[in-house]
Amino acid sequence: MTGEQRIHFHGLVGEFETPKDLLAAVRKTREAGYKKIDAFSPFPLEGLAEALDLGFWDNLVPQITLLGGLIGGLGGFFFQWWANVLSYPQNIGGRPLNSWPAFIPVTFEMTVLFASIFSVLGMLALNKLPQPHHPLFNSERFYKHASNDRFFLSIEAKDPRFNLVETTRFLQGLKAQNVTEVYDE
Amino acid sequence: MNGNKPPVNSPEIRRLAPVIEPGHTYASVTDKIASIVLTRPTSKGWLAGFGLAFAIVMLLLVAVTYLFAKGVGIWGINIPIGWGFAIVNFVWWIGIGHAGTLISAILFLLNQKWRTSINRFAEAMTLFAVACAGMFPLIHAGRPWYAYWMFPYPSTMGVWPQFRSPLIWDVFAVSTYGTVSLIFWFVGLIPDLATLRDRAVNKPAQIIYGMLAMGWRNSARHWHRYQSSYLLLAGLATPLVLSVHTVVSFDFSIAIVPGWHTTIFPPYFVAGAIYSGFAMVLTIAIPLRKAYQLEDFITMRHLENMAKVMLATGLIVAYGYFFEFFMSIYSGNKFDLYLVKMRIHGPYAPFYYALILCNILTPQLLWIRKVRTNVAALFIMSLVINTGMWLERFVIIVISLTRDFTPSAWGRYSATFWDYATLLGSLGLFTALLFLFVRGLPAISIAEMRELVAHGPEDEE
Repeated sequence: MTGEQRIHFHGLVGEFETPKDLLAAVRKTREAGYKKIDAFSPFPLEGLAEALDLGFWDNLVPQITLLGGLIGGLGGFFFQWWANVLSYPQNIGGRPLNSWPAFIPVTFEMTVLFASIFSVLGMLALNKLPQPHHPLFNSERFYKHASNDRFFLSIEAKDPRFNLVETTRFLQGLKAQNVTEVYDE
Repeated sequence: MNGNKPPVNSPEIRRLAPVIEPGHTYASVTDKIASIVLTRPTSKGWLAGFGLAFAIVMLLLVAVTYLFAKGVGIWGINIPIGWGFAIVNFVWWIGIGHAGTLISAILFLLNQKWRTSINRFAEAMTLFAVACAGMFPLIHAGRPWYAYWMFPYPSTMGVWPQFRSPLIWDVFAVSTYGTVSLIFWFVGLIPDLATLRDRAVNKPAQIIYGMLAMGWRNSARHWHRYQSSYLLLAGLATPLVLSVHTVVSFDFSIAIVPGWHTTIFPPYFVAGAIYSGFAMVLTIAIPLRKAYQLEDFITMRHLENMAKVMLATGLIVAYGYFFEFFMSIYSGNKFDLYLVKMRIHGPYAPFYYALILCNILTPQLLWIRKVRTNVAALFIMSLVINTGMWLERFVIIVISLTRDFTPSAWGRYSATFWDYATLLGSLGLFTALLFLFVRGLPAISIAEMRELVAHGPEDEE
């Protein structure tokens, strides 16, 4: 009945001072068999995606962008064709109704517009953003430093290998500082 | 012979200033840029500058309100000069709007590190310039409340826009450019908005930045998708930025008017756009780095590189002028020849000479290293080039329209008070928006600066 019942244990988070330490720790954590892990860095870190072994299905942004470009390009061209050839044909200087070269500029712009919008909305959707709250924000160190100057590694309690005592010791063994338990209400 | 030659990597050869001054850490970069927005008190200079710009925005509102009440007759336009200042200003502003995306997208694809500290405000500048540009065709429309007729929507009249017309291409090019620039800018801002959210010192700031950051938490899985989206946007924006001024030049070159109907227009319009855009970036960067002590981040290297880009694009523009001239003579077309004569001897000749002085002669000083590294000289140069680029559009539009094929269609054009008020007003709007931007959002990308810190300042070619 009290708040205690609703408290949810998210996992552990550890802190690193340099990108190198984080990369090494991520590799060792994966080697130890942990699956539900994530790394955090205040700027895109080269090699981190490889260390986490992110594959094809972890990044479908290029495919979504291509889809947007195709929809925009084909839709843009055939819409013009339909509007100026079928729906509202006009004789302009005796040119053929399907004067396709004149439709290219708008086709191009629509390709770029749709590809861009698909790319960004797809990126946000795959990242499950907007997501105003996340348990990690309850960690004071994470909140103050993840977007500033420190590198973090989290292991979720959902991970089958997770064991509070052992995993804490494991993270500390990786030179992680301030290993803390993250709870959420 | 090789004995007295310094090695390639020696300081004598690499006399380049760094893209970020040494000694910065992740935290110092974050602090310095975020503090401008979050903790530093609003300076008197900011208030004075914004106040002045805001007053000029009021002038714009008066000018536009009067225009809507009375019609475009309050301007100097007439028949045959139907375009006048409105279109001169439109082309000028849209040209200025090219540098932001060029810096962000093309220099990103070319992996130019010096783009990092100038891309954010250059993109903001692009957005505001496109906003100013977009305003002019709308208010020039005569009945601006029907401006939506330009877009294809299922109307009860059963008509569609004429997609063979460059003016419709223009609508699509400019609105796509505005939208994509906004998206690109916002995507770049997301990690920095998260930083501001985490460092906010009061509740309203935390809530506003928090909502804008959408819960970004710097996760590696997020960065992975983010980076590919950003790269794809850069790849998409690169041909887009070249297409926009090409399409704007089609507004002219598809027509048969003497001086407009030429195939050199698209490339030389694009070069001119980049030329004026970089000039405007310098016009903004120089006071900005001074006012907020950002000399560590916007170094001499940035200013000098921008000067070099201006010199290069200025030469392309000069080549364009020369070939316009040459082709008129070489073609032997009497209308084109007459137009050249009108540029040199006609009633608007002073504008043409001023244009040559501003756009071709003065920038040649940039060959001299001392000029390129002199901040005051660069600032003046950027103003001169912006004036020159405005004159270029004036010369193209007014001289050609006043000297059509038959003398009965000739005319004269002079701007009225309201023309000047609207031009000045658009400058005020642009400046006021920039002031708000600098105060409310990080003018330099914090996440990208951290990346520079990580790679070290000496990581150069």
